[in-house]
Amino acid sequence: MGLKIIVLAKQVPDTRNVGKDAMKADGTVNRAALEAIFNPEDMNALEQALRLKEKYKGSKVTLLTMGPGRAADIIREGLFRGADDGVLLTDRAFAGSDTLATSYAISCAINKIKEVDIIVAGRQAIDGDTAQVGPQVADKMNLPQVTYAEEIYSAEKGKIVVKRRLDRGVEKVEAPLPCVVTVNGSAPACRPRAAKLLMKYKHAKTISERQNESEDYLNLVNDRPYLNINEWTVNDVETDDNMLGLSGSPTKVKKIENVVFQAKETKVLSDNEGDIDELIKELIDNHTLG
Amino acid sequence: MANFFKDNPDLLFHLKHPLMKKIVSLKERDFQDRDNYDYAPMDFEDAMDSYEKVLEIVGEICGDIVAPNAEDVDAEGPKIVNNEVIYAKGTQENLDALVKAGLMGITLPRQYDGLNFPIVPYTMAADIVSRADAGFVNIWGLQDCAETINEFASEDQKERFLPRIANGQTAAMDLTEPDAGSDLQAVQLKATYDEGSKKWYLNGVKRFITNGDGNVSLVLARSEAGTSDGRGLSMFIYDRDHKAVKVRRIENKMGIKGSPTCELVFKDAPAELVGNRKMGLIKYVMALMNGARLGIGAQSVGLAEGAYREAVDYANERKQFGKAIIEFPAVYELLANMKSKLDASRSLLYETSRFVDVYKAYMHISSERSLSKEERADMKYYQRLADFFTPLLKGMSSEYCNQICYDSQQIHGGSGFMKDYPIERMYRDARITTIYEGTTQLQVIAAIRGVTTNAFLKRIREYEEMPLKPELHSYRRILIGMTEEYEKAVKRVVDVDNSEYLDFHARRLVEMAGHIVMGYLLLHDTERNAKFRMSTDVYIKHGRAENRSRADYIANFDIDDLGYFKPDSSEVEK
Repeated sequence: MGLKIIVLAKQVPDTRNVGKDAMKADGTVNRAALEAIFNPEDMNALEQALRLKEKYKGSKVTLLTMGPGRAADIIREGLFRGADDGVLLTDRAFAGSDTLATSYAISCAINKIKEVDIIVAGRQAIDGDTAQVGPQVADKMNLPQVTYAEEIYSAEKGKIVVKRRLDRGVEKVEAPLPCVVTVNGSAPACRPRAAKLLMKYKHAKTISERQNESEDYLNLVNDRPYLNINEWTVNDVETDDNMLGLSGSPTKVKKIENVVFQAKETKVLSDNEGDIDELIKELIDNHTLG
Repeated sequence: MANFFKDNPDLLFHLKHPLMKKIVSLKERDFQDRDNYDYAPMDFEDAMDSYEKVLEIVGEICGDIVAPNAEDVDAEGPKIVNNEVIYAKGTQENLDALVKAGLMGITLPRQYDGLNFPIVPYTMAADIVSRADAGFVNIWGLQDCAETINEFASEDQKERFLPRIANGQTAAMDLTEPDAGSDLQAVQLKATYDEGSKKWYLNGVKRFITNGDGNVSLVLARSEAGTSDGRGLSMFIYDRDHKAVKVRRIENKMGIKGSPTCELVFKDAPAELVGNRKMGLIKYVMALMNGARLGIGAQSVGLAEGAYREAVDYANERKQFGKAIIEFPAVYELLANMKSKLDASRSLLYETSRFVDVYKAYMHISSERSLSKEERADMKYYQRLADFFTPLLKGMSSEYCNQICYDSQQIHGGSGFMKDYPIERMYRDARITTIYEGTTQLQVIAAIRGVTTNAFLKRIREYEEMPLKPELHSYRRILIGMTEEYEKAVKRVVDVDNSEYLDFHARRLVEMAGHIVMGYLLLHDTERNAKFRMSTDVYIKHGRAENRSRADYIANFDIDDLGYFKPDSSEVEK
């Protein structure tokens, strides 16, 4: 019996390569100046899902993303790497969602997919860095959750065994299926796009993207249903409209200020290998390096 | 985060050459696979888009994985454990990524799990991989062997071996032996046919075999007992699963240290004959070598690209006497010359690849149906061009690669002599390119016939006729002048009617032809994109001076002068 796996993925501005025009004068992120990418830790999550798919024959990996129309790129990136299909959840009604409204909308979409065994997501997205959506989805769906996962060892006989990366080491935990797993950036990197899958799926589009396509293309999609990327609006999922978008988002941004780092905090390191290793790890973790 | 395809627009420029329309149409047989394979292109634009997108994958893997691994791979190298070659950790990571991405059977037909790409995008992938790690390209690029199997092996053999390679198993070409290097006619490894088991068995030693422990090896062996020349040699496939070959040692090399260069001992190793007996060297190795020479062309160009970029970076960063050293004429002249040689080599690389593409496509079509008279003539035309351009490319681009690496290291000064900068490794890696798959001297021997039969001249005249914008006509006038001078030099040498005299001046003549050919290629690149104007100017003026010195040397050289060149070795004998 194969597993039904959902990967939650988000399209984010690439905040790792920030130039001087990355912020607007009002202190908000200038999304136009930053490349839209597949959130890095969601890539780690996708890799874990694809490994499960290889391990358990007959498994199916579905990508689920919420965002504007161009977030269909996220689904295609997943298809190029081995995902089976994807859903783009897109509607003006979702605009302005904070993590609570986002996790609500996502959990409604997962409910529609039904009979899901595992939901994997990146630990957090590099735009908001909240790490809240994965755990909130678990909570809304009343599922157990495993966070900071680095490797999913197995998922069989109704339970999942996962290695977690913690501050002072690793631990191996077991949880009943179905469950939510959020994956850490220290997990193995995602595999590259596969040439054949890329050529197979590069013409995959959502219904909105197909609006201006030629008849030839529409015939092609007719012959090849896998080129259809599911696009769900608020009408396709059962929701309570009050819990969506701005009205469902209690988070209010009070003020944004530019913070200039001042070297007040100092730390003394010795020149032994261990301390240097620690420092390098710390610099990588806080994105000073890499 | 780096993408070695996207950060180099010159690649896309060469990919989008007008001749690609013809190449893609031939290669895809008018897109007949579109209904049978979900990844086959619908039309020309779709195919080109796929090449571009797949090259983006190559560029990403090379930028993010292969290049960062290169330094450790160079230091660690492969080793033998239990008679098995274990790659350096980084090498294995590189390979795993390229296998996962499905980039191991790029040119193979789809029925054998290949991507059915033309040679041009495949060569471009090799160009990109070489920039990241010139040693690693040897392992990845041995998928060339599959191309030879595809051309000459039986259907049954193709079905058994090709999908294995396309899905990630590695290959090797086992040609060289201790006493058979440049002269492969001297190959001794014995192939014996056993009537009882109806099988061939190989016995003997191979040396300097790149990736000698690969899964599928093509082996050149003496199948005709009692013979001593090339006509007694046949080609065999050896499958590593038989475990009948011992890897006696891995060579400790100056460069390309990540690539395992093996000495192999065959002991009653079962093998399968490829194609016909006695055709091993005459036909199959020649095909294999031509593919490999194109590969070394790509390796040279990619490595030169890497070395040039290192030089530009360093020259911009390094400040002396109060300014960046790139501002000094002595440094920017070096850089301009490097860039012009790099651009010229790359243009020749893709020109040659296109010639190979057209004739190989026809060759494969001819095994499906008979070609029309026009098609046959077209195939011959391109095959002839490929035959002469391949050694010209291999010879010139590998020499330029060495010059570019040398100059890049020179720009680095003392820092470049240290292991701290990648140029130190690149300089070592470059050195082999003028040596293996036939030394430059052997490439000259293959290319000189293009000089004496006027094949190069004919092509040069075709370049001369191609349309050009008025502002570029002055360059053409220079090239026409160089052509006249070249013709005179060729006539002078040929008129002496002495083969030793011809051999002596052969390299000079081939290089003269090369400077003109590459001058025209750059000029026509500039016709399509003005960004190549600088390299065109630098290269053509440099080529004119180079050709003048060669012409002058030949004009003042009598056959009797040869005597002064025969060293009296008794003085150095121990």
